[in-house]
Amino acid sequence: MAGIQFQSIRKIFGKTIAANDVSLEIKNGEFMVLLGPSGCGKTTLLRCLAGLERVDGGRVFIGDRDVTDLAPRDRKIAMVFQSYAVFPHLTVFDNIAFGLQMQNRPRDEIKRRVEESARMLELSDYLKRYPAQLSGGQRQRVAVARAIVMQAAVLLMDEPLSNLDALLRLQMRAELKRLHSDIKATTIYVTHDQVEALSLGDRIAVMQNGRIVQCDAPMNIYDYPANKFVGGFIGTPPMNFLPGVVRVNDGKPVAVVGESQIAPSAALASALSAKNGQPILLGIRPENLALAPSQQANTIRARVRVVEPLGSHKLLTMQVGSEISKVSVAPDQRVAPDEDVWLHFDPEKIRWMDAASGEAISSIV
Amino acid sequence: MKSSLSRRHIFNQIFLYSAAILLALWTLAPLYLIALAAFSTKEAVFQWPKLFLPTAFSTETMAFFVSSTGVLDSVWNSVVVALVTVAASLILGAPGGYALARFRFRGRDAIQLGFLVSKMFPTAILSVPLAVAFLQMDLYDTIWGVALMHTAMALPFVIIVTAGIFVGVPRDLEEAAQTLGCNRLQAFLRVVAPLTIPGLAAAAIFTFVLSWNEVFAATILTLRNRTLPAQVLSGLSGSPLYYRYAGGFFMILPAVVFIFAIRKYLLNMWGNIVR
Ligand SMILES: Nc1ncnc2c1ncn2[C@@H]1O[C@H](COP(=O)(O)OP(=O)(O)O)[C@@H](O)[C@H]1O
Ligand SMILES: [Mg+2]
Repeated sequence: MAGIQFQSIRKIFGKTIAANDVSLEIKNGEFMVLLGPSGCGKTTLLRCLAGLERVDGGRVFIGDRDVTDLAPRDRKIAMVFQSYAVFPHLTVFDNIAFGLQMQNRPRDEIKRRVEESARMLELSDYLKRYPAQLSGGQRQRVAVARAIVMQAAVLLMDEPLSNLDALLRLQMRAELKRLHSDIKATTIYVTHDQVEALSLGDRIAVMQNGRIVQCDAPMNIYDYPANKFVGGFIGTPPMNFLPGVVRVNDGKPVAVVGESQIAPSAALASALSAKNGQPILLGIRPENLALAPSQQANTIRARVRVVEPLGSHKLLTMQVGSEISKVSVAPDQRVAPDEDVWLHFDPEKIRWMDAASGEAISSIV
Repeated sequence: MKSSLSRRHIFNQIFLYSAAILLALWTLAPLYLIALAAFSTKEAVFQWPKLFLPTAFSTETMAFFVSSTGVLDSVWNSVVVALVTVAASLILGAPGGYALARFRFRGRDAIQLGFLVSKMFPTAILSVPLAVAFLQMDLYDTIWGVALMHTAMALPFVIIVTAGIFVGVPRDLEEAAQTLGCNRLQAFLRVVAPLTIPGLAAAAIFTFVLSWNEVFAATILTLRNRTLPAQVLSGLSGSPLYYRYAGGFFMILPAVVFIFAIRKYLLNMWGNIVR
């Protein structure tokens, strides 16, 4: 029953602008991921919504309530902290019950709801324990249970998985996704892990230096990054960027890269024909490059430097002119280091970017 | 090679333990001698050569000291002064320590330095102005005046120590409580207080001992309503040696008992508030 609206949120710490006029609208029931490198302002934005940080400008709405000036407890949110912030002096049961006790709920209702949340997070056997007697993963579950038991319309999570080891993280990621489909609370999830973001988010808001640089569905972010930063931040390995120059021959634009020419998709042609002579970046993901047996349209000469068999695919490190590119090929592809090959670009998958600004060139002019 | 290494290890151990034993003797020997003298007959106190074993056990001097006029009254005064000091300095100092621990504000470092500097100021210089001021406020020769003075003397200590205690409670815990329906005060009472009570209790006991042992201010600010140390100092300075031992032992006792009870917290308290 509650969407969220950030309207030009500004937050300044001394000389750092942690949130620089951030505007973002989150739909009721949506799972929104805030993604960005450490220090880009994700936590700050979340804390402004929780009421733990006063904004220096802008308004925050939850549902149609302006909560900008409300205390955290009046905002009807629940939050999972990066450090878990489980109360060490209370048992698991009392930790989970804490919020309900603050609301003076009847004792049997508290018991029922705590037990239900504990069951959802597989904590039923640990209700009498103290946090010091739990593993890190169990403590993390207590933090989640303590938040969801509130049945708040808005659930906030700040890097909840970042302190878990890799295997547990993988498992909890799937559980959080299932949990969200069960409880359907509007969720904001902060992470610097792009895989988590792609896996969990209905939409991802990518942040950089206190701003949201792109907000879209995961696959759109992956396939159509708004700029070089987003393309380089998302994907393992990240997008390749090859520099070239636009040349228009008979009204048809191409990118000249070394001695080869790469043609744009039909949709982009008109936007590019105005850029004759301008430097350009061709952004392409490793899996959208392929080895070609011979020179053909949209191929570039490249030399194999390193071959890494990774089981599900082979990762090649290629020298293309003076640039290094990563290419992902099928595991049975025959290829050896120091071999000279032809690299084929899938024109539909190339993200053309302005070399100076790093912004993607849109097909809509 | 191996044997020389282990020999060195043994030497180190011997050195360490000798040093520890020396240090312990340095403090324990006087305590023992005072206790011995306090529970010996009058004659044994002057006996030479001394016997370091309780051969002439007697509670006579001790009993006389305790029953002499003014002593029990002064014990009562000391207890009241110490309790008032503990209550007042915690009520005033703990919020200050909390502020130092939680908030970064202009002048924070200057305040911390100021506490140390105020500790270095010799109280003796203040004695006359203090006595005059207390006379004007009708606080002279009252235990409330002494408690006020002790509170002022204990506050820097209490603020610094409680700041160290509060820093030990992660801010996230308080914020989590706030998102779960607490206001700031409730978050403090339900989360910070339970986690800091052992430390605060240790600080309280330490403050109690500070006040119990304080003699200078207590002497200059009172005439008849004296605390125990002031009473002992003025009453026993002209008395025979064996009464002084009895008085000395009587004063040391609570401090030793308290310090023994809270010894495991002392390390915590003298920890850091670096942030
Ligand atoms: N309480 C604070 N005081 C001073 N600077 C802060 C504070 N909180 C955050 N910052 C600064 O604001 C920026 C954004 O921080 P944060 O929101 O924690 O980033 P993220 O969660 O994306 O890693 C950082 O440069 C950080 O140093
Ligand atoms: Mg963060």
